[in-house]
Amino acid sequence: MASTQQTKQNSLLAWLDARYPLVSTWNEHVAQYYAPKNFNFWYFFGSLALLVLVNQFVTGIWLTMSYKPSAAEAFSSVEYIMRDVEWGWLIRYMHSTGASAFFIVIYLHMTRALLYGSYKEPRELVWLLGMLIFVVLMAEAFMGYMLPWGQMSYWGAQVIISLFGAIPVVGPDLATWIRGDFIISDATLNRFFALHVIALPLVLLILVFMHIVALHKVGSNNPDGVEIKKLKDAQGLPKDGIPFHPYYTVKDSFGAAVFMLFFAFVVFYMPTGGGFFIEPPNFEPANPLKTPDHIAPVWYFTPFYAVLRAIPDKFLGVLAMGAAIAVLFAMPWLDRCKVRSIRYRGLSYKVLLTIFLISFVVLGWLGTQPASPELTKLARIFTATYFLFFIILPFTSATEKTKPVPERVT
Amino acid sequence: MSSNQDQPKTSMTRRKVLTAATGVIGATGATFAAVPFVSSWQPSEKARAAGAPVELNISKIQPGQMVTVSWRGKPVWVVRRTPEMIERLGDLDDRLRDPNSLVSEQPEYCQNPTRSIKQEFLVVVGVCTHLGCAPLYRPAVDSPDMAENWQGGFFCPCHGSSFDLAGRVYQGVPAPTNLEIPPYHYKSAQVIRIGEDPEEGGVA
Repeated sequence: MASTQQTKQNSLLAWLDARYPLVSTWNEHVAQYYAPKNFNFWYFFGSLALLVLVNQFVTGIWLTMSYKPSAAEAFSSVEYIMRDVEWGWLIRYMHSTGASAFFIVIYLHMTRALLYGSYKEPRELVWLLGMLIFVVLMAEAFMGYMLPWGQMSYWGAQVIISLFGAIPVVGPDLATWIRGDFIISDATLNRFFALHVIALPLVLLILVFMHIVALHKVGSNNPDGVEIKKLKDAQGLPKDGIPFHPYYTVKDSFGAAVFMLFFAFVVFYMPTGGGFFIEPPNFEPANPLKTPDHIAPVWYFTPFYAVLRAIPDKFLGVLAMGAAIAVLFAMPWLDRCKVRSIRYRGLSYKVLLTIFLISFVVLGWLGTQPASPELTKLARIFTATYFLFFIILPFTSATEKTKPVPERVT
Repeated sequence: MSSNQDQPKTSMTRRKVLTAATGVIGATGATFAAVPFVSSWQPSEKARAAGAPVELNISKIQPGQMVTVSWRGKPVWVVRRTPEMIERLGDLDDRLRDPNSLVSEQPEYCQNPTRSIKQEFLVVVGVCTHLGCAPLYRPAVDSPDMAENWQGGFFCPCHGSSFDLAGRVYQGVPAPTNLEIPPYHYKSAQVIRIGEDPEEGGVA
């Protein structure tokens, strides 16, 4: 009995495999993809980002079934989802919490890369593709935040679209083109809906696919920054590698379970994230004539927003904000140290990275606060230290006093 | 079939030229095909048509009071300034970025120190010239929630730009220019019409 069943399964597999690279793809990317055996806590966040992406896709599709992308109906249709649609509140809060969870996971994922030098040769493309994902994700999140058509949706969009207006010569026309109107209106909402639910998710999906393909081509880095492909056993398999499946599929499943515990807690007990995930003014319908007394973007934009506010010049402020993001793309070339992992790097990188991470967090906090002269001064200091990291790094990293890197992972 | 001798020597060049020509024609076609998609994002005819002038009866506005009306979807403020307010405007020039409104947007008939047709009434678009928030009206001198030595005016909560009671921007803030003055005129002593220059009807 069992053997006939086995044969049937095998023949089905053979039939499929003759028509589609099923087994080879599975082997190349999962069952025989050798990853370093010393992954630690920081290595959960790649797979968690994928999990959150799936969550956003599923809940997002369900939300479009009840949401109305028009200025007249958007706000009330979200209220309708929250009150009248069966389980609508859960799906909506999973989506809104998912957005913030996405950025928490991504920021940690990026921090991991900075700690262990995962952006260095030969993984520059993995880093660049990841940065592109980050930028598209910001656009996706921004457009999504506009859809409920609350006060923060409206004024947040007003500020962000006006950023384009700061570009010399073409700026004002460009802003009008993006809005599709002279003010933020129904036309703007409708097109942002289209971009949010189809155009950008599609781009995101392609970029994530390429990110993983690029990663699997060069192989994963690890907390020691040692290239595991250098030392191979008699079968030609990396000595310090273990197959992704079952070892890391099991490890990542555990990570996913713990993550979902936290996620569920937020969804059920603090769905607005204490005013950080959904800001209080967004429970008021958009009013084009009145800006809320204090407006701040959602927390994941606030570090860059603080940079914008710190510069007392419209165009230079926008430029600085753009530069704060763009400069990250150059990391693989700004960091000239041959040693990858922070474990074996010199004091200078440790100090610089610490200052950078602190600057990022403090700017993030400043961006949530109203502008006052004292805080603006503080924002200027931390904007300076944020950029200083990238300015000093090329000089110190070239002559950094590093520790000896081990042959094999520890 | 074909041997090396049969193959004309120019075939590769020909192929390159044809490929290049196809590429250029194709790219041209693609550019033209992109035009409708890019233009489709421009404001529609409907959006362009919206924007008729609005009228406001100003006789009921109290001295020092501000009234907001919506014009083209933007807030337009009408402030009835007291004589003290107007007087204070003259002392601020050295703290302002563009006191004489040389680079700011306003109709010619409002390019004066009070930026108005009649000094008493300020008509101004309530959209911060920085990133488009609606600033707050803080008319009192030394308003408690404002910075020290506040002379009365508008404060933008988004990024901290401040303007005086003629909508003129202070130095050291992110907003680059004074608040925009819309075209308007007095239809009668009590009624102003916002969105229309005086020449088009009525008296300035």
